Amino acid sequence: MTELNTAMVEQYRNSFLQEVEANVEEGEWVKMCMQCGVCAGSCPLGNAWEHPPQEIFMMIRAGKREAVLSSDSMWMCTSCYNCIARCPRGLPITHIMHGLAHYAQRLGLVPKNQPTQKFAQKFWQNLNKKGRVNELKLGLSLYFMNGFGEGVKTSLKMKDIGLGMLKTKRMAVNEAFGGHGVKDLSGFQKIMKKAHELEDARIQKSGN
Amino acid sequence: MADEKKFAGYICTGCGIGERLDAGQLETIATRDGKMQSCKQHEMLCSQEGVKMIRDDIANEGVTHIMIAACSRRAKVEAFNFTDVAMSRANLREGVIWVRPDSDENRETTQEMADDYIRMAAAEVKFMIQPSGSREQELNKQILVVGGGITGMTAALESAAAGYPVHIVEKNAALGGHAAGYYKSIPTRSPYADPQDTGVKQMIADIEANDGITVHLNSMVAKTEGAPGRFNVEIATESGSSQSVSFGAIIQATGFKLYDPSALPQYAYDKSADIVTNEELEGLVMQAGGGPVKRPSDGKEVKSVAFVQNVGQNSTEENQLPYHSGIGDMIAIKQAMYFKELNGDCDTTILFDNLRTPGAAGEDFYRAGQQKMITFSKGAVTEVVPGSTLEVKFKDLILNDDATMQCDLVVLDVGMMPNTGPDPYAQLAVEEAEDEAEKEKARALLENAPPSILNLDYRQGTDLPHLKYGFTDSHFICFPYETRRTGIYAAGPTRRPMDMRQAADDAAGAAMKAIQAAENAGKGRAAHPRSGDLSFPSFRKEGCTQCKRCTVECPFGAINEDEKSYPMFNEARCRRCGTCMGACPVRVISFENYSVDTVGQQIKNVEVPEEWDEKPRILVLACENDAYPALDQAAMNGVEITQWARVIPIRCLGSISLSWVTDSLNNGYDGIVLMGCQKGDDYQCHFVKGSEMGLERMSKVGDTLQTLNLEPERVASYEVAITDIQRAPKLINDMAETVEKIGMSPFKF
Repeated sequence: MTELNTAMVEQYRNSFLQEVEANVEEGEWVKMCMQCGVCAGSCPLGNAWEHPPQEIFMMIRAGKREAVLSSDSMWMCTSCYNCIARCPRGLPITHIMHGLAHYAQRLGLVPKNQPTQKFAQKFWQNLNKKGRVNELKLGLSLYFMNGFGEGVKTSLKMKDIGLGMLKTKRMAVNEAFGGHGVKDLSGFQKIMKKAHELEDARIQKSGN
Repeated sequence: MADEKKFAGYICTGCGIGERLDAGQLETIATRDGKMQSCKQHEMLCSQEGVKMIRDDIANEGVTHIMIAACSRRAKVEAFNFTDVAMSRANLREGVIWVRPDSDENRETTQEMADDYIRMAAAEVKFMIQPSGSREQELNKQILVVGGGITGMTAALESAAAGYPVHIVEKNAALGGHAAGYYKSIPTRSPYADPQDTGVKQMIADIEANDGITVHLNSMVAKTEGAPGRFNVEIATESGSSQSVSFGAIIQATGFKLYDPSALPQYAYDKSADIVTNEELEGLVMQAGGGPVKRPSDGKEVKSVAFVQNVGQNSTEENQLPYHSGIGDMIAIKQAMYFKELNGDCDTTILFDNLRTPGAAGEDFYRAGQQKMITFSKGAVTEVVPGSTLEVKFKDLILNDDATMQCDLVVLDVGMMPNTGPDPYAQLAVEEAEDEAEKEKARALLENAPPSILNLDYRQGTDLPHLKYGFTDSHFICFPYETRRTGIYAAGPTRRPMDMRQAADDAAGAAMKAIQAAENAGKGRAAHPRSGDLSFPSFRKEGCTQCKRCTVECPFGAINEDEKSYPMFNEARCRRCGTCMGACPVRVISFENYSVDTVGQQIKNVEVPEEWDEKPRILVLACENDAYPALDQAAMNGVEITQWARVIPIRCLGSISLSWVTDSLNNGYDGIVLMGCQKGDDYQCHFVKGSEMGLERMSKVGDTLQTLNLEPERVASYEVAITDIQRAPKLINDMAETVEKIGMSPFKF
């Protein structure tokens, strides 16, 4: 996706804000921030972020493209919606955070080993295969995300919980082998393909 | 009215007065001690029937002076409105029964209190004359407006629309003022999204088409003499000719000038033609004539512009403005929109520290600016570097780092400064300065004083007094348009920084006040706050020592001096505060309905018991504007006041004659409490300087006490606000405690 990145840099040389407006979900709201800082003060994870939303918005306006898109701040959002509920200007801040994360992902600018991003990626891949999320596989893939050794260790640690879930039929072992999908898998894949096309067309359009 | 005086007393027994007090005894007191020729009781004096009883007596019995013993003089004023007789009110309800507990052990002292108030009111009315007005002047409906900007033009149009002819005196060659050079103005109507037409052209056209408005261009006010209703103004044109016109009232709408940022080297204002003030930008946009704005240095079309906010404002630094004009950010948004409109894809950045966009309209306009992609950056500009491309260095206050931006044009948000004449008290400030540094400052102010605008031929200087930072004096909540020169109203940015809409509103208000002043002057009535009062100060020339205290102390500069230094009262300029009366050391100044005697006789007629009765008397002189209503309200709330207090309302603390204090001490009063309004820069005195003068005078009362060999605690002066409902009674009760501690006065006979 770095090619797209270059194209976007070229296109919006002077205004990162305009780039965000055109390409980021709910990005047209960024200009309406009045820098009161209520979002930054409301965020329960605020002190864990490098840049709270207020700063991210200011950085976008100040044209700090690289710093924003390669930041891991928007990946830290837990969608608690405190900021949306409190923003006096009514900005959909949570959605903008996710929009920014998605856009950074498209451009290939996400910091390496960003755990939330990795999880999101795994979730997406898992979902795409059968049209529904295979919880067992998703769980296992997360256990083994950081290597085989750690995966085994985590699995052993979670052993009792796993057995309990089996006993109460909260987990089906056979889901680990293939697993079941949606009824009309090819139809689902068609939908996804079409969505991709539309999204690409949109980005293409804004990039031209 | 018959020449013979006839006194009648009326005692109301309603509202519980009859149950709590022995009305028969009150009646006896009124006729025996108070020498009322008749005295009647009524169970509800303020009822139609009760009022009719009084009216009948006035009509049939030839009653000329009435004493009404009922509620506070501030209550039932519509019912007890007898304009053809002199009237005093004994406050038995708020003053006595409502502030005293209803119990057997208090019955005697409560009755004594009421008896005294009857004696006092009877004594007061005996020394009152029903004011008949000065009959000094006729109605002059003509209004003078000084200044032909938005404020002046609005004031003129409003006055003319109300049927009052106007003359506008404008020093420039055209009407319109600053606004005539503006491309557009801040929107005044929903949706507050785009700058709108200034409306100046239409206003000028309306004025030219209006028969009621005479415009004097290239003109100045060379001389103003007289008083409301009879101002004689000499209007001089630049060419040297002049004419004299008389006016009923004057509106000063002389507007503002802008702060010169060349004193601040960091903005490099004088180093580059591309660094302009917000007002200069209006000129550039006008020059562009609807096309793209070009920069002054090389005519290049502006592609990026930075607005630097809050230049030299809201600052504690020397040579900067200590206040903020409040509208600079709205102007910046408006001007950034010019570029969005005229210069196509132009980057506009507003570098602000605190964005001030007041009100719902301000917020909508701010949002509209954001919608139009104006960039708002919270940043403190540290330096503007001139060059072919300008560089603005600033500290980003959100991201907390040092940043720079490049642009073609820099616009500085400079503040508004009032266009006022010299402060008439600048000389006094030099004389009264407490130390050398302060004196030096005052002297510098005096030397750098601007030329006079009104050229008033007044004893106290040529122009309207200032309050702060050169703005004309007014009370921004209670009486915004009033100045300390009656009949002359300040409006627009000469009063405080404001935008065009506010200036227009302000002008309409000032026009109303000017019309009112002219009408009042025509009827010989006082202006605010004793609106409608027909009395005016007069003096006994034989007794006058030409000491000039009255002419110096009058807060409104109402008194001139003749060639022999005798005071010349200008009734229409007078607000009837009585400060001159209080100032007069030989007590020759008085009003028909308020004099040294009307209060002095009340003091003398209080019955002061013998020392061994252990019934002290505390005299309370309370300002009728704040302290007295506060006591009334305290009474309504059932707050107790000591049974020893005898309260006399006075017009202003400034009207207190020292003789009242010495007389009451000599008569055996044990304590005196004086209550006026807050003084100082944030004064609440309705007569601006009255309480200050009064308190100053009372600070010297210690000498009197010393010569009488009395304790200084026996006299206390306080600044009391109308809201001091608990505090005001407490101050009186405190004095009762003090008296208990230091003992009774030895001066009882």
